[in-house]
Amino acid sequence: MFRRTLNRLCAGEEKRVGTRTVFVGNHPISGTEPYIAQRFCDNRIVSSKYTLWNFLPKNLFEQFRRIANFYFLIIFLVQVTVDTPTSPVTSGLPLFFVITVTAIKQGYEDWLRHRADNEVNKSAVYIIENAKRVRKESEKIKVGDVVEVQANETFPCDLILLSSCTTDGTCYVTTASLDGESNCKTHYAVRDTIALCTAESIDNLRATIECEQPQPDLYRFVGRISIYSNSIEAVARSLGPENLLLKGATLKNTKKIYGVAVYTGMETKMALNYQGKSQKCSAVEKSINAFLIVYLFILLTKAAVCTTLKYVWQSSPYNDEPWYNQKTQKERETFQVLKMFTDFLSFMVLFNFIIPVSMYVTVEMQKFLGSFFISWDKDFFDEEINEGALVNTSDLNEELGQVDYVFTDKTGTLTENSMEFIECCIDGHKYKGTTQEVDGLSQTDGPLAYFDKADKNREALFLRALCLCHTVEMKTNDDVDGPVEGAGFTYISSSPDEIALVKGAKRFGFTFLGNQNGYIRVENQRKEIEEYELLHTLNFDSVRRRMSVIVRTQKGDILLFCKGADSSIFPRVHSHQIELTKDHVERNAMDGYRTLCVAFKEIPPDDFERINAQLVEAKMALQDREEKLEKVFDEIETNMNLIGATAVEDKLQDQAAETIEALHAAGLKVWVLTGDKMETAKSTCYACRLFQTNTELLELTTKTIEESERKEDRLHELLIEYRKKLLHEFPKSTRSLKKAWTEHQEYGLIIDGSTLSLILNSSQDCSSNNYKSIFLQICMKCTAVLCCRMAPLQKAQIVRMVKNLKGSPITLSIGDGANDVSMILESHVGIGIKGKEGRQAARNSDYSVPKFKHLKKLLLVHGHLYYVRIAHLVQYFFYKNLCFILPQFLYQFFCGFSQQPLYDAAYLTMYNICFTSLPILAYSLLEQHINIDTLTADPRLYMKITGNAMLQLGPFLHWTFLAAFEGTVFFFGTYFLFQTSSLEDNGKIYGNWTFGTIVFTVLVFTVTLKLALDTRFWTWINHFVIWGSLAFYVFFSFFWGGIIWPFLKQQRMYFVFAQMLCSVSTWLAIILLIFISLFPEILLIVVKNVRRRSARRNLSCRRASDSLSARPSVRPLLLRTFSDESNIL
Amino acid sequence: AMNYSAKDEVDGGPAGPPGGAAKTRRPDNTAFKQQRLPAWQPILTAGTVLPTFFIIGLIFIPIGIGIFVTSNNIREIEIDYTGTEPSSPCNKCLSPNVTSCACTINFTLKQSFEGNVFMYYGLSNFYQNHRRYVKSRDDSQLNGDPSALLNPSKECEPYRRNEDRPIAPCGAIANSMFNDTLELYLVANESDPKPIPIPLKKKGIAWWTDKNVKFRNPPGKESLEEKFKDTIKPVNWHKAVYELDPEDESNNGFINEDFIVWMRTAALPTFRKLYRLIERRDDLHPTLPAGQYFLNITYNYPVHSFDGRKRMILSTISWMGGKNPFLGIAYITIGSISFLLGVVLLVINHKYRNSSNTADITI
Repeated sequence: MFRRTLNRLCAGEEKRVGTRTVFVGNHPISGTEPYIAQRFCDNRIVSSKYTLWNFLPKNLFEQFRRIANFYFLIIFLVQVTVDTPTSPVTSGLPLFFVITVTAIKQGYEDWLRHRADNEVNKSAVYIIENAKRVRKESEKIKVGDVVEVQANETFPCDLILLSSCTTDGTCYVTTASLDGESNCKTHYAVRDTIALCTAESIDNLRATIECEQPQPDLYRFVGRISIYSNSIEAVARSLGPENLLLKGATLKNTKKIYGVAVYTGMETKMALNYQGKSQKCSAVEKSINAFLIVYLFILLTKAAVCTTLKYVWQSSPYNDEPWYNQKTQKERETFQVLKMFTDFLSFMVLFNFIIPVSMYVTVEMQKFLGSFFISWDKDFFDEEINEGALVNTSDLNEELGQVDYVFTDKTGTLTENSMEFIECCIDGHKYKGTTQEVDGLSQTDGPLAYFDKADKNREALFLRALCLCHTVEMKTNDDVDGPVEGAGFTYISSSPDEIALVKGAKRFGFTFLGNQNGYIRVENQRKEIEEYELLHTLNFDSVRRRMSVIVRTQKGDILLFCKGADSSIFPRVHSHQIELTKDHVERNAMDGYRTLCVAFKEIPPDDFERINAQLVEAKMALQDREEKLEKVFDEIETNMNLIGATAVEDKLQDQAAETIEALHAAGLKVWVLTGDKMETAKSTCYACRLFQTNTELLELTTKTIEESERKEDRLHELLIEYRKKLLHEFPKSTRSLKKAWTEHQEYGLIIDGSTLSLILNSSQDCSSNNYKSIFLQICMKCTAVLCCRMAPLQKAQIVRMVKNLKGSPITLSIGDGANDVSMILESHVGIGIKGKEGRQAARNSDYSVPKFKHLKKLLLVHGHLYYVRIAHLVQYFFYKNLCFILPQFLYQFFCGFSQQPLYDAAYLTMYNICFTSLPILAYSLLEQHINIDTLTADPRLYMKITGNAMLQLGPFLHWTFLAAFEGTVFFFGTYFLFQTSSLEDNGKIYGNWTFGTIVFTVLVFTVTLKLALDTRFWTWINHFVIWGSLAFYVFFSFFWGGIIWPFLKQQRMYFVFAQMLCSVSTWLAIILLIFISLFPEILLIVVKNVRRRSARRNLSCRRASDSLSARPSVRPLLLRTFSDESNIL
Repeated sequence: AMNYSAKDEVDGGPAGPPGGAAKTRRPDNTAFKQQRLPAWQPILTAGTVLPTFFIIGLIFIPIGIGIFVTSNNIREIEIDYTGTEPSSPCNKCLSPNVTSCACTINFTLKQSFEGNVFMYYGLSNFYQNHRRYVKSRDDSQLNGDPSALLNPSKECEPYRRNEDRPIAPCGAIANSMFNDTLELYLVANESDPKPIPIPLKKKGIAWWTDKNVKFRNPPGKESLEEKFKDTIKPVNWHKAVYELDPEDESNNGFINEDFIVWMRTAALPTFRKLYRLIERRDDLHPTLPAGQYFLNITYNYPVHSFDGRKRMILSTISWMGGKNPFLGIAYITIGSISFLLGVVLLVINHKYRNSSNTADITI
């Protein structure tokens, strides 16, 4: 919702003003008005970002907008301009590598886009020009051209359907590539143009189409076609989304159609929807940025300290410029201030490796490659839809391990959304669904007294209502022309409830036979075919919560049928009828069924004339058509007669209860946000064990509030009361909340939409704030919260509210329908379920899974592992680079602060790229510090990593101190080793490069072995990269020192490494230093192990006592949905 | 408690329905994709780590003792001849006016030095590792590249050209080459005043690869002097590069070993460089018997200006190099700590084990 408005704002508001007029076939309408050619864009689709010419500058610009790349560019430029200790290659090469790889990747992606664009733009289409069929390239289509499309072709632009090969002017379309809904949708031609199904006739059509300027909303279109037949008088017809064929959709089951292009190229709805999602940023990323700032500070401090000390040290002239080491003329002439500045920059450059370029690459690679494991997971594969999990963004993998709040939709998420007609009641008489032959209605439920039969006419009326008031389509499996009686067809609808109802009606003898030329055909119990002329329809929407149709019977009576939620029907029917049905509805709702009430009204012909006029006028309106229609219907839908109610069962999803229990055990708070009514939702919540039998429910609903006269006062009272109750229960320590849960009375909160809006949008501003804060306090103390009767926007509102709580908890939303999109987009992590209500949710989500139960593994296993992996990756990267740079920093104290690098340039460059990169990458992809089965079995393990536990100050300091310790050991160990005349048995001496190489060797081995110590899951890949990296280091060092490299100015490393290994002392020292460095780590592991052992023992004791006082197993209300063994934890 | 758990659940057969014409999007059931690669899952329990502590202790302590003893057996004597103290014989050489100055320092070896003895010179407060200094050389020139000989690298500034001629060898390192001459004499006995000169070997002090590969004289058949005729000696040098060792062709020019040793820049501002070898004569006589010695110094190298010091070091050598107590002590310390911790943890672990009957608990 939010994005749509944003899109609208972004996509050029000025163009949207007013409407556009399209001349069909580009034939001017003579005499009516002067032909003003409006300029529209051509039909070229440009999804590519770059052209051959602007690729380099544009891509570079975009890459350097990233703060890290920019930082490295600056470092590189400093190295190029200022006389710096390390050659520009050391930072230039990695940067170049990163930039090139990214550029190649983006270039390749763009090339693919170019190719796809070309394929679309150059594809052949047929246009009717001067009564002839002309073949053209797709990009040449102009607005107003009449286009011919054949079966199984995609529409080249947004078309208004003029005529199809079928006589009724309909065509079937699948929008699978647009919104993923693979079912066929029917689109209609305007009645006056249906007949024009040859090239000649269509060329003679003189018409103009007025429609709104392009809008990104796929399901909205308002327009008007004026057809100028022989007379000057124009016939005007309204156009809606059912007349519009969208680019990207495919024509099915229809031989060919003619349509006129209204939106082309980048103005098509598909192109307007083509937009990247807003970037979500994970908590880990924020931590990385925080660490970066710390390290940047360390870097600046180091550079500043060194610069200051350098000038202190240089204050004695014999240090500044001894006779053996004189400055050049240029150096002497440079200004002191400038020199200090360049010195500062030089130190920055020398220490810049502390912020590694490679970390970004590795993190990106880890995320990208890591996300494959989700889509590869066979546990996420669902046989039914033949699909597995889908990862839409890889940026949020680790966020899955950080979730605090889970917001879930009910229908289709917790439940199957596969509806089954259970029973109905007609005038208070209950009918159980059965499959008895002709007289199926006679079957009633025995014991209760009032279960006799209702009046036969009422029965028929009720069933006719079910057959008429819906938007179900027939789809024949083999033939296009008309439904064949029997098994050859299936019902298709966007809402499974409707199919269940139509099928239910069929069971009772009334079969819906489809919709032809505006007539609905129904076969009644006597096998007669009844035809009803469909006059008007107003579809179901979540605000009105009802739908209505107006039909004319064969006898000429005009009837209005309306079905909808009880809350929206009851106020509109005669009040005396309610009582009988209400009981039923409430009982059904308690059982967890979805209920709908059916009402009808006979409209007298005089009234109909008036209503019809109003409706036609509303339909013709260009703007706010829906609102106007709603208004008219609102007026009609009064004083209706209630006929009955239906109950449809929505089965609980497989393992929904276990999943919720696991999530609870993992310390997550689960909120159910649903549009359903309270009773239904409540029973579902009990069934899926969101509420336990011993959970005390706090209700904030219209029911509880309406007891009082002034709602707000009552609300206030309740809020205060509940808060008191909860505060009394939980002493102020919110910290130990998670523990408290297991020991205290559990509370659940139920709130409904209207009460929520009362709380959020209370009239007095000051008190509303107050309400809100009290409400939030209550929410935070409750184990489970159920919000029912929620509008889509309210769902998002709730998510936003929780998101902005103190400590900004991480929220996750999971849903399957279009009404969940707003909350999916709003929350930190959005998960879509590939459900029956279309693919909008899955399309807008960050991850999509086939079933709710998959959430358990997704969070507890994948989320946990990803978090641990990436957190370790980040800490390790900072650690290894601090280890790397600290000796270099310490060396400055021994080389007169002259920025002399300790390591050779090759080592400086290769350290992060080759020697230490692969082991950590392999670790961050494969590590399972706790194995998958344990993670699944014990959800409590999830609590260990909540609140970004591994990237908090504590662990960060631990790693930093470890790195500082190790860096110091490396340097001073080697320093003391060098306090001798010779390390070799032939008395020869070593120079500064050997010193650096020893430190570097110890460094590479230590950081790699440190990772080896941390690795708990050694696959052959880990073995290969860890030992391989070390071997590569040794091999490379031999190689690098083994040759006089012609392109190098200085042969510093010539045979340094080999000579170093000739010395026994060096070997002993390297082993010793590695061991000293790792010693604290090993010690820590042992100490932790002992501590864990004692903790385990305590835990197992407690668990034993727990099992004794096991909670009474909750008896689910919907027994048939899960088996008994599922109760076992 | 380390276990190899092969959790490979691949059931051999191809995944998906047999003869699946319908393309299934079922993920492959491979061990890699399901994150179920067979893996070694080491579990660092007290049980596995404790023996490691003991083993480390048991290995490190003997090594440490070995090193320590070896290091202690090494004889080393260090003689400072900077001459800053007025009492020092070399004090006279400090005056800048003196061009060539010789001084003699007497010293006594209390114990005889056996085996090969190595003679080092040591400098203090000399920043051979200063960045400006380290890079001030031209390795191509030193490698005998004729074009680099006449056109040295810019890095050599300000020691690149002099009097419009290229300096060979160029750069600050070469320019500041150590040029004191040290000679060692043994005073045989009190009665005989004529001291016995100790033979000092000049060759074999540089890395073999440096001497033979990295450093080369310019190619050609003409004499060394001829090869260097277009160049000029470094400013501070008394003699040209082809005069470093006129007696020995293979130790002259760029491949002079004293020069090569000097060119390997030291890591720290206090450093030693190998000067001469004193080879052992035979098993019967110590190389340097205990007794009175004197050191003849041709004092050329000024260190007073930067507060430096000069030393002469005589040292024997073992398999592990020169005298260095650090390594031995460090090994002994770490070994002991490791062993002690092993004991402490064993006690703690034992206590826990007794109080709980659980076996090694896996993570």
